[in-house]
Amino acid sequence: MNPFSFLAEVTAPVADAVAHAGKTTPEKAIVTACFLFACACFVLSLKWLSAPSTARKGNHIGALGMTIAIVGALLSAGVVQYQWIILGLVLGSAAGIPLALLMPMTHVPQRTALSHAFGALAAALVGTAHYYMDFSFADTSAVTMGILALEVLLGALTFTGSLMAFGKLQEWLPTRPMTYKGQNIVNVSVLIAALLCGGLLAWHPDMTWLFPILIVLSLAFGVMLILPIGGGDMPTVIALLNSYAGMSASLMGFVLNNKLLIVAGALDGASGFVLSIIMCKAMNRSFTNVLFGAFGQVQPPSVQGEKKPVKSTTAEEAAQILEVAHKVIIVPGYGMAVAQAQHKVREMYDQLTKRGVDVRFAIHPVAGRMPGHMNVLLAEAEIPYDKLSEMDDINGDFPQADVALVIGANDVVNPAARHDKGSPIYGMPILNADLAKTIFAIKRSMNPGFAGIDNELYTLDQTLMLFGDAKVVVGSIAKELADLD
Amino acid sequence: MPDIGSHLFVFLLAAFLGLEVIKRVSHMLHTPLMSLTNAISAISVVVAIELAGQNHSTLGIVLGTIAVVAAMSNVVGGFLITERMLKMFKKREVRQ
Repeated sequence: MNPFSFLAEVTAPVADAVAHAGKTTPEKAIVTACFLFACACFVLSLKWLSAPSTARKGNHIGALGMTIAIVGALLSAGVVQYQWIILGLVLGSAAGIPLALLMPMTHVPQRTALSHAFGALAAALVGTAHYYMDFSFADTSAVTMGILALEVLLGALTFTGSLMAFGKLQEWLPTRPMTYKGQNIVNVSVLIAALLCGGLLAWHPDMTWLFPILIVLSLAFGVMLILPIGGGDMPTVIALLNSYAGMSASLMGFVLNNKLLIVAGALDGASGFVLSIIMCKAMNRSFTNVLFGAFGQVQPPSVQGEKKPVKSTTAEEAAQILEVAHKVIIVPGYGMAVAQAQHKVREMYDQLTKRGVDVRFAIHPVAGRMPGHMNVLLAEAEIPYDKLSEMDDINGDFPQADVALVIGANDVVNPAARHDKGSPIYGMPILNADLAKTIFAIKRSMNPGFAGIDNELYTLDQTLMLFGDAKVVVGSIAKELADLD
Repeated sequence: MPDIGSHLFVFLLAAFLGLEVIKRVSHMLHTPLMSLTNAISAISVVVAIELAGQNHSTLGIVLGTIAVVAAMSNVVGGFLITERMLKMFKKREVRQ
């Protein structure tokens, strides 16, 4: 028996999947080999992404895998004309390049939301096309049709949901949660109606009039799911949408007999899932809470006693205190991103390290608007990544810190999360900035943060507020430090 | 007829492998991780190509071509922006 016929036998099922049916030919074996190779590349890609030293290699092999997969698709037997494919590839690349290269790093959350929308759109369109083209309704199994319906449902809701998230992140839509009475009931009813459509279609694929209804309900549900989400919950939601987009690609693989899709989609789905769990834990929200997306409701802040006075200071005074400190921990938050202050932070960091001050950054998992947002911004400002510490690694160091400098972070440093059972953020793990000897907090005004809660940190005896735009304030601290020479 | 059973095996293995691999990704790389997985999940470009390249359904060609555009923008954009971000992560001082 020659080794090639063995290969053909092993790969036959997958090759069948590629060309939908029929006997294994050398062409199909090539396509299968391409897809297998791509599969291996994707797994390696994610494995190598685990550490910064190998991460770029991971990205390269991922791109290689994708290229080979596209070559495989172009070679597959079903493809008989190329003009539309080429048009699509060219237009898609033309859209993707500026989205990747011109987007400022502070806009990465928006870009990510937008790309989730594109990915989900592709999945929903392919599913829709296959419903109308391929389904000889007589011999479609209920399971296959059910999976197809679920795939379209997920794709469509992720499409509009991601567009909504994009709108909120871009501030084209109000970033505050939009809620109304009975919202959860309405949302759940729409989802159930969509699922019922899918279920009915599974048993009666020939009820074609149901399919547009399924699509419309799913699109509507995507919008309604994101309406009540506030800006502070975006990291969890983006991770969740990431997972949904991957799942819909994977389900498409089930319907179209394409194992490469199943694997790549499952990897993406798993990634989004893991990230949303991490985000959830970092906000002390339950797993059920994530799955049903029922978060973001803001309780009206309980009326508290009279406000304690806050003390404020100037950049000059802050610079003098920072200069004589031994250990400084900087806590960045969304305010730093909004003000695009990361480069000024770098200048201040340079001034301080030049004087031998030990400066580190404490990154809360949900700081910013997407997982890892702060790390990317600080990396953009060329702050060495070994100075960035995760919450659990640095929390023990705050009592020894002379200064904790909070730049545009709010809820993640609110001590109420530790002891105030009435607070909406009670139980959320926080950065122990309040334990530092002196605390500076840079903030635009005394308006409460996204969760709409007063922050006790600002009224502590050792806290000094620096009011103003983060970029301006940090810039003047850096300048004062330079002038102190 | 799709072989749902064997697909489920593949799905299950890939999902567990994904969970194990992703759990090990450093927290500081979560944003590049998201853009990379986003590019990888644009693998639907493969089936979109097959739709746009067949010639027995106009609807299929139209939807397929739009899907190729949407997925391809993620492929190109996703890998490029991941590269752009990863280039920025440096351990030591470079500017002095």
